[in-house]
Amino acid sequence: MKSCKAITELLSESMERPLTWREALAVRMHFFMCQSCPRFQQQVQFLRKAASRYYPNEHDKNPVGHNINRGQ
Amino acid sequence: MDKNHLHEYRKVLLRYAFLHLRNAAAEDVVQETLLAALLANEGFRSESAIRTWLIGILKHKIADHYRVAERYYTSGAPTGDDNDPNEALEQLIFNAKGHWIGSPTAWNQPDHALEQGEFWIVFEWCQQNLPKQHARAFMLREMVGLETDDNCQDMGISQSACRVYLHRARLRLRECLEQRWFN
Repeated sequence: MKSCKAITELLSESMERPLTWREALAVRMHFFMCQSCPRFQQQVQFLRKAASRYYPNEHDKNPVGHNINRGQ
Repeated sequence: MDKNHLHEYRKVLLRYAFLHLRNAAAEDVVQETLLAALLANEGFRSESAIRTWLIGILKHKIADHYRVAERYYTSGAPTGDDNDPNEALEQLIFNAKGHWIGSPTAWNQPDHALEQGEFWIVFEWCQQNLPKQHARAFMLREMVGLETDDNCQDMGISQSACRVYLHRARLRLRECLEQRWFN
């Protein structure tokens, strides 16, 4: 049985390439026992979605008055 | 493209560029982007179409910039400054047996967050707090949208090192968003 640490590595890897059947099986087995790692998987997928939608103009409509002055 | 709006476009592009590059380099890529856009002189109907198009060009220019910079200045060696904090990071997240120390919690309506301006400020903040190499790996992969192979090549590091960076960036970003936004 792989540890959560090892499984998260595989889940991250699965964002880059299809897992081998052995790896996929290890993940599935692990998911039976673990609530945390499936969440990690969903959240990592969310990170991808968020990053691809990131758009700087969003802040213009923002009332927080956040002054972004980077790279100084 | 309406030349009267050039100033405004420049502002938007600079914001984006500043996330990824230092001041002078950011100014340069924005300049190149606007020049490329003016030369292309596409007729767009809507404001948002223009902006999306401009950001698309900018992403390529940023990727080009990294490509050149990595080749000429760093010859691909990852900087040492990222290494120690990472080891520490994994020890904070997983115990000696590799189990979560603080398990990920369920996030409430994550898609809803994408619609909120404040979320993006937190997102940016979290991204900026990644070690440089990790932020770069994540940015090239997820924001610029390079495939992993090109991504690693651009960074001048092995594929396995690159994937470790990506994984650590994800661990850290996830943790940060959970603490700062979803909690």
